[in-house]
This record gives sequence, structure tokens and C-alpha cells, in this order.
Amino acid sequence: MKILLRASESRWLAPLAVAAAIVLTLLLTAGPIRLAGANPLAAYERYTVTPLTTLTGLGEVLLTATPLIFTGLAVAIAFRVGYFNIGAEGQFLAGTIAAAIPGLYLPDLPAIIALPLALASGALGGAAWAFLPAWLKRHAHIDEVVTTLLLNPVALLLVQGLLNGPWRNPETGFPDSARFGDGYILPAMDDGSRVHWGLGLALALVVITWIVMSYTPLGLRLRAAGQAPPAARFSGIRVSTLQWRSALISGAVAGLGGASQVLGVQHQLTASVSNGYGYTGVVVATLGALAAGGVLLVALLLGDIAVGAQNASIVLQLPTQMGAIVSSTLLLTVVALLAARRYRLTFPRFAKKREEDT
Amino acid sequence: MSFPLLAVLAATLTIATPLVWAALGAIINERAGILNLGIEGTMYAGAFVGFLTAAYSGSPMLGLGAAAVAGVLAGLLMAVLTVTLGVNQHVAGIGTTLLLIAASDFSNRLLFSSGSQEVTEKFTRWFAGTGFFSQYPMTYVAFLLLAPALWWVLRSSGFGLRLRAVGENPEAADAAGIPVARTRYAALMIGGALMAMGGAFLTLSLLGSFTLDIVSGRGWICIALVIFGRWKVWPVVAGALLFGFTDALQLQLAITPLFSAVPNELMIAFPYLVVIAALAIWGRGVRYPGAYLTPYRRA
Repeated sequence: MKILLRASESRWLAPLAVAAAIVLTLLLTAGPIRLAGANPLAAYERYTVTPLTTLTGLGEVLLTATPLIFTGLAVAIAFRVGYFNIGAEGQFLAGTIAAAIPGLYLPDLPAIIALPLALASGALGGAAWAFLPAWLKRHAHIDEVVTTLLLNPVALLLVQGLLNGPWRNPETGFPDSARFGDGYILPAMDDGSRVHWGLGLALALVVITWIVMSYTPLGLRLRAAGQAPPAARFSGIRVSTLQWRSALISGAVAGLGGASQVLGVQHQLTASVSNGYGYTGVVVATLGALAAGGVLLVALLLGDIAVGAQNASIVLQLPTQMGAIVSSTLLLTVVALLAARRYRLTFPRFAKKREEDT
Repeated sequence: MSFPLLAVLAATLTIATPLVWAALGAIINERAGILNLGIEGTMYAGAFVGFLTAAYSGSPMLGLGAAAVAGVLAGLLMAVLTVTLGVNQHVAGIGTTLLLIAASDFSNRLLFSSGSQEVTEKFTRWFAGTGFFSQYPMTYVAFLLLAPALWWVLRSSGFGLRLRAVGENPEAADAAGIPVARTRYAALMIGGALMAMGGAFLTLSLLGSFTLDIVSGRGWICIALVIFGRWKVWPVVAGALLFGFTDALQLQLAITPLFSAVPNELMIAFPYLVVIAALAIWGRGVRYPGAYLTPYRRA
């Protein structure tokens, strides 16, 4: 048996590679699930099917997917132009802080003013957190990967510092902020459901991103700048300017996600508000092929798995981290097998025999 | 009250130790042309596997060995993804980090579900009671053995030369008969071992126990230090000492009355901000290894 390079990657192999990656992920994670004393098949059913069978479960999936749509879009927008923003985590947290400021200091505003103000503030906060790495990249050519990564722990420390200091809950004394004013609650999309209008906002952003990327000259320039920077530069596209703007927009989208989370779910600022959504955003964007529709689909899938993991931890005593193991394994197997399309297997012994036969 | 300078300097060495181990591992990776963002997860897995092995065997030495093996395996995973398959290195690295952290936390929950923090037999400091020189064995090894050895290997040995060749110009290296893929595999596996052992320092020397989020961004600090130190051993060690010093300084100042009004979190964030500032000042116009981030295929 020999492994050879293909002359050209075949397109029809892509769905096959993704299907194979899903099977491989199930095989790889079956071992740890058994070790934890659970039946792998029962666990997979919990992870994928069970959340979708009840209305409450479906709502939880949508609720869990909402922040992932924001962070996934944020990462995709930046990666698309070749700006590797791995700081969505920090930008998301900055968005929660910025949205909390009017929520805590102007609590009496009516919802019609309060919500747009807090959401805009969150977007601005995310963009502000993305500003320094983008500026350093543009003016000093300093690698954005490192600076965006380093600002993530700093953002978390800022949240913790605010909660232990000026924003400590005056009633309970716990390191959580006070509840925001009544005007700062994103209404539910459906009566009695926990799904809030943050999801509506996320879906609107998906549609806008899709239209801009696919049907506008700007989208074409962005894609060109990301895929072939020298060619883009040669045809007069200002790559570094595009990267600079995308970096700030990416930060704003992540910050908007943070605002949507505190306004829609928590109604106060807590230190555990992010739960790694920014890092998972890299998974969402990559598996979604950096496309808006893909991001939406993958965010829903990972939301499904996360809700299923909660469920499985109660019913099957399977630690919730299994959900993260499944989604990160899925990421690695998908990118690995998509890349493996470059290769083909040949069996020289049989090939030779065939030649002799003919 | 006089400022305890010697105590701060001693703490500087201790804090810098895991960074030196892991950052030297990152130098080996990046000199071969691979940016390994799996570093954070590799350190985390090293910290956990080291702790786990030491907890069950009662031997921190065995724990350190197990951490090294875990690091080699993490490096192997990165190598299959980035060298053989040519996957985007940012994605492969973040994926590896997410997987290793999730897997460590999962195993931790399964094995130590009682929630009690088991304390293992940990390494003891050498020259106890001598103040500045009272340091853990891994600190001595890092500064007196590992750093000089890697400096020599990169500069003068055949392996170091091959490593730099495949990182700078893989086409030329290949033409000269250097096995590009095999050299990069070796780089990732050795580098992974050093990163994991750096993580194991936290559990086996410093704490004697494993806590969630124990690495808390030290891996990212190392990636920054390597750029700051321009992929050279001694400047990177100096960068680790700079971070260690600012961190030791903030720990000392936090208990000084004058600074007690400053929020603790701001003090903890201070070293991160110093590293970003250092990058902004000295990181301009650095020359990356020629084949940084690019997979190699024979044309």
C-alpha cells in the first residue's frame, strides 16, 4: 500500500470527509465514555437527539447556541481577511462589562432607550478591546495572534477586579454585580421561553454577513485579501486597511455577543459569564468554513452537544467536560480529514497485476 | 520596613522556571517553522498527568517522566496535523489546547470526584534555608543545564543546524538531503515534552496539587516571550525573567501597605500588560523564521 499525493483535490470528497470525521469522533470518544461507566450509544443519543425532542430542550439549545453564533461570526469575519483574532474571549468579556455600565449606573432608563444603549455600549467595548492588537498589527507589524491571546486573561481579571471591588453586590456581598435596571432585559422571543431577542440579533448578523460576503464588492475584496494577499495588493486592494476594519468589526460582534448574554440571560455581571465562548468561537468559525451559514449551523450543533452534555451529566453521571472533548475532537478530525483529501491510497501490487492482465 | 529585594529575586527565578521550560520548547517548535498554539493545553496536560502519576505512585520523578511522555504525544498530535496533513497551524493548535484541557478536566472529575485536593509527594527545594539559592531542582536544571544545552544544540550541533534549515528554507533543506518532515516531527515531540514538563512544575514543585485553570495563560505568555526574544535562547530566558520579576514584584507589593489600595486583579494583570508593552516596544519589525506557518510539500 502506498500513499500518494493527488494531482487535484476532488470536491465531492468533502462531504465524505466530514461524514468520516463524525464517525471517527464517535469511535475516539467511545473509550473515555465507557471509562466513565456510561454506554457510548446512550451518551451520543443524549448529546444529539434528546435535547431536540422536547420544546424546553430545543429552547435550551437555541439559548446555548446564541453566544456561539456571535463569537463564531466574530472569528470568521477576522479570519476571512487573514487577521487571526483569537481574542474573541476577551472581546466578549469586554462587551459584558461595557453593557453593564449603563445597566448599573443608569438603571431607570426605559427599555426603548436602555437596550439600544447597552447593546451599542457592548459592541463598542468589544471593539475597544480589539483596538490595541489591531493598531499594533497595522502600525508596528506585531503579530495579532499573541496580543489578542494575551488580552483574554487580562479581560477576565478586569471582570473579577470589578466584581471584587466597585461592583460587588451590595446586598449579598458576593462577587456578582447588582441586577441591572428593569429596562435592561432583552425580552423573550416567545412567551415563557428563555430564548431572548439576542438570538434574533445574532440571526440578523448572520444574514448581513452572508449578504455582504457573497453579494457585494466589499465581500469580494475581503475574500481576496484573505485568500491571496499579494494578488489582492497587486489589484489595488488595501489589505492592511481591510484587516484593520475587520478586526474592529470582529471585536464589536464579539462584544455584542457579551452584551446579549448579560442582557438576555444573566441580567447582572458574573465572573463565569463567558464559559469559554470566545475560544469555542474559533471551533465554530473553522467548522463552519468561515461562512455565515456554516457558523449558524455549527453553533446550533455545538449548542445541541453542550445541552446534551448537561443532561448526560445528570442522567448518566458523565462529567460535562465530555461535551467539550466531543466538540474539540470533532474540530480536529474534520480539519485533519479535509486535509487528508490531498492524498490517495494506491495498492502497487494489485496495480501491477492489473497492468499485467491488460 | 526595607524592601526584601533578595526574596523578590528568588521568587523571580521560581516564577520564571515553568516559562523557561515551555518557552524553550516553543523555540524548538518555531525554529522548525511550526507555531504550536497547543502549548497552553500541553502545559495543562503535563500538569495534570504529572500530578496524577505522582499521586498514584508517590514519586514526583515518575510524575515528571509521565508528563514528558504526555508532552511527546501532544507534540505527535500537532505533528500529524500540521506536518503530515498541512492543517492551518492556528486552528490545529487551538483545537489541541481545547482538547487537552477538556480531557484533563474530564479525567480529574472522574478520578478525584470527591473534590478534595490530594497532595502528592512533591519535589523539595535544594539548599533549603539559604534564601536566594533555595530553589526547586527544576529551576536549577532550567537555567544551568537546559538553556545552555539548547543554546549549544541550536548553534553548533548537526540537529540544531537541520532544525533551523527546515524552519528557514525547507526546499533547500530537502535538496540538501535533510528529512524535512522527520525533523519537524522530532522538533514538535521534544518541544512538547519540555512544555509539558514546564506545566508539571506547577503541580509537582510549586503546589503539590492540581487545580482547575492552573496554567491560566502561561502558555500564551511563552508564545509572546519567544517573539520578544526573537527565537534566541538567552533573550527568551531574559524575557521569562522579566515576567517573573514583574510577577514577583506584584506579589510583594500586594502585601505592602502602600499598595494595598490597588485592586489585586490589577496587580495580577500587570505582568501580562508588561509583556504586551515589551512586545510593542521591542517586537517591531522582527524577522520570523522563513518557513513560519507554512507546511512543506515537495513540488
